Amino acid sequence: MITTTKNSKYELVCGLEVHAELKTASKMFCGCVNNPFGAPKPNVYTCPVCLGMPGGLPVINKKAVEWTIQLGLALHCQINLFSHFDRKHYFYPDLPKGYQISQYDQPFCYGGYIDTSEGRVKITRIHLEEDTAKLLHEIVDEQKISLIDFNRSGVPLVEIVTEPNIKSAKQASEYGKTLRQLIRYLEIGDCNMEQGGMRLEANVSLRPVGSNHLPSYKVEIKNINSFRFLEQAIVFEVERQTTLLNDNKIPTQETRGFDAVKNITFSQRSKESAEDYRYFPDPDLPPLVFNDSQIEMWRNELPKLPKQVVEHWQTKFDISVSLGQQLIKTKTQSSWLDQVFELAQKAKISPAKLANAFINKKLPLDSAILPQTIIDQFSKNNQTTAIEEDQLTQLITDLLNKHSSELARYKAGETKLLGFFIGQIKRQVPPSTNISQINQELLKQLDRKT
Amino acid sequence: MSIPHKNYHKDQPNTWTLAKTRKALTNKEITLEEIYKAVDKAIAQTKNLNIYLARDNQALTKTHQRTNLPLAGLPIAVKDNFCTKGLITTASSNVLKKFIPPFESTVTTKLQQAGGVITGKTNLDAWAHGSSTETSDFGRTLNPRNLDYLPGGSSGGSAAAVAADTCLAAIGSETAGSIRQPAAWCGVVGLKPTYGRCSRFGVVAMASSTDSPGPIAKTVEDACIVFEQIAGFDPYDSTTANKSVPKLTEELNKGIKNLKIGLLYSDIKELQSSYKLIEKELAVFERLGAKIEPVKALDPHYAIGVYTIVQRAEVSSNLARYAGVRYDLGRTQFGAEAKRRIMLGTFTLAKGYADKYYLTAQKVRTLFKKDFDQLFAKYDLLVSLTSPGFAKKVGATEGQAMFGELEDMLLEPSSITGLPGLNVPCYRNPQTNLYLGLNIIAPMWREDLMIRAGHAFEQATDWNSWRNDQ
Repeated sequence: MITTTKNSKYELVCGLEVHAELKTASKMFCGCVNNPFGAPKPNVYTCPVCLGMPGGLPVINKKAVEWTIQLGLALHCQINLFSHFDRKHYFYPDLPKGYQISQYDQPFCYGGYIDTSEGRVKITRIHLEEDTAKLLHEIVDEQKISLIDFNRSGVPLVEIVTEPNIKSAKQASEYGKTLRQLIRYLEIGDCNMEQGGMRLEANVSLRPVGSNHLPSYKVEIKNINSFRFLEQAIVFEVERQTTLLNDNKIPTQETRGFDAVKNITFSQRSKESAEDYRYFPDPDLPPLVFNDSQIEMWRNELPKLPKQVVEHWQTKFDISVSLGQQLIKTKTQSSWLDQVFELAQKAKISPAKLANAFINKKLPLDSAILPQTIIDQFSKNNQTTAIEEDQLTQLITDLLNKHSSELARYKAGETKLLGFFIGQIKRQVPPSTNISQINQELLKQLDRKT
Repeated sequence: MSIPHKNYHKDQPNTWTLAKTRKALTNKEITLEEIYKAVDKAIAQTKNLNIYLARDNQALTKTHQRTNLPLAGLPIAVKDNFCTKGLITTASSNVLKKFIPPFESTVTTKLQQAGGVITGKTNLDAWAHGSSTETSDFGRTLNPRNLDYLPGGSSGGSAAAVAADTCLAAIGSETAGSIRQPAAWCGVVGLKPTYGRCSRFGVVAMASSTDSPGPIAKTVEDACIVFEQIAGFDPYDSTTANKSVPKLTEELNKGIKNLKIGLLYSDIKELQSSYKLIEKELAVFERLGAKIEPVKALDPHYAIGVYTIVQRAEVSSNLARYAGVRYDLGRTQFGAEAKRRIMLGTFTLAKGYADKYYLTAQKVRTLFKKDFDQLFAKYDLLVSLTSPGFAKKVGATEGQAMFGELEDMLLEPSSITGLPGLNVPCYRNPQTNLYLGLNIIAPMWREDLMIRAGHAFEQATDWNSWRNDQ
């Protein structure tokens, strides 16, 4: 364990805010293509709505709402039957309307959890909002300038917020990895951390061991783009804050960035009091009302989740948990693997061997391939190659002619000489040749010669 | 030169109603060239009124292949807060002085698809903030009925464009009175549709929860013709209703026999003298077979508070995008009125104040809705004066930060509740040539009832200055 050292007087109080972009075909509030990383050049996937032009109006992407609610259901959340979008106001050049359409007091989902090896991490809420544009700081003609690329403006973004009940840096990263796996598994987001498809923010503070109160301060760490950095940042903060507290100093309430090169956090801006975003319901978007049967329908549409799938593979196909986990990627792949394993079992091929071949023997893991094709390929790889029938027949005829005395002994009942014949043939064919084929042909000729 | 009471002249096709002109075109009694020539002349003669901010000099060429459509290639003026592709759109603010939209608003798209031709963009109060056009960064518009007076606003340019016969109809937008009040002051017809009936897509947003585009026209019939073309569900505006558009022109002559009409606000002391002037006019409804009686409604003074808070809040949010990052004339270019509204709106949404102001205002807004619900349980229509009095003199807004709210007081209750309303001229002062307007309010989506009453009144009285054009 790398968090609070065993002898520390303090324990970690940590909550995570995770942003993940959804990979819907179009953006959150307009029809523009949602593919900021695949765009051929800046500002091609734009329109009056995501550029924040006068008179541009948002229209809700229903798929994004559906996916957010399904993510919530997969994370054991409650769903608000009455929900709406709010405007969150702040000024930044990458925010074309001067406000972000987000959700304030009625998020789609609330009260879920993820179980980790160190216990349950409670999820406070999941809401849906729009991503901002991207700022590019460049030097043109020796002038420092900032450019804005609006391809990302208005991309659907879910925010998953936990309770401050994460107890260690390891648990934080385990939680994040599980969440990323689930989002990828549901095929609602790619969570590419380097491209910003998934962004992590950690709220870190310390309290005396045994205390039930939340600390009086909170340090927010931003710009974390890997789970390793997340762990490092939390560990660094715990040490930094411990030193301060030991000196009877209360750490400043602030936002800190993480410097991955120096492996430290650094102060970005102080956040003495909460910011005022002047939230109010977006008058351009009517509230969303769901009913229980709709929610149940979405719940029923949920695929079997990674944990269940791995367990199922273990019981039904005898595939080890660790191997199973390596094979979990998306729901499409899992149901394809289900079919492959079923077929294998019928063909008397061990699904576990097959599973192993996917990971260790480069058997293609691609749900576009027909399951039967995969089985055939696996068999072929594992079975000996066949030899031309004519060639084999000739080989055996020659052999029997050459060893006529052994043939006679065989006929007389010395059947163990079969092994001798096989051995002789094997010397003359490639080592991978199918033994049973040789066997069959040999017996055929031996019988004929009676 | 001010426009006399009778607008209609046989030899000047710009003074004809849209309905008559359309018929004349079909019967080949007139050509589009003649119409556009007359319109151009009227525009040239009224240049001093500052009605238009931009004009399309190619308008006549765009009439090509539109003559068989409902609006027949006829010239329509559009308020300058509707985005028009390639035609400068400023919302009368210096901030957008150079803004040429790369897209077209839904209303103007529909207008043109129906055969209308946009001949120009009309002046308004900057960002539609006001009821006079005096907050326009490009100068005020003058009232064509009497040049010493204001046309009202914010759609003052559009109302003046119609009153001065510089177009056959115009498009305006109303947030709380911005169609009906200038229509009343200019002695024309203004139809404010139910909120959600006409798309706001491409309209520079003022208060999103009440903004309603609608026609300003010479007669109720003309307003209905335009309404039918611009109304309807729009997939680009989530607040439009997926309802079929009523054929108002087919409802026009159904009369108002046995309708029950409630008279609003006649008990308010400061309005006594104005109501006195239209006493005889209100009796017309009785003659037409309806029943009219005074009703007790929630005091419209409360609506001023509700509207001021809600609208300022939405304004402060809607104007946040003009931060100077992309419209090179940024926030330093905002006029005094916009700055006041942004500050007030920011304040009412601020933490610790939102409950006290914004949320309270929304609750009172609900009370107004309930009040109208119970009134419409008893009455088919409600009527009131459109404006407390006649048009105000040029310069009247000076030092009057609440000018618009007071002038629009009688319209704000119906605006904040989304109800449709219609202004028809109902009185003229023969000395000043200024008009009073009658505001007819209907339940949600019942524009049909409202225009039946308006049309019947127009036919039965002498106040419409185009009615003798047959």
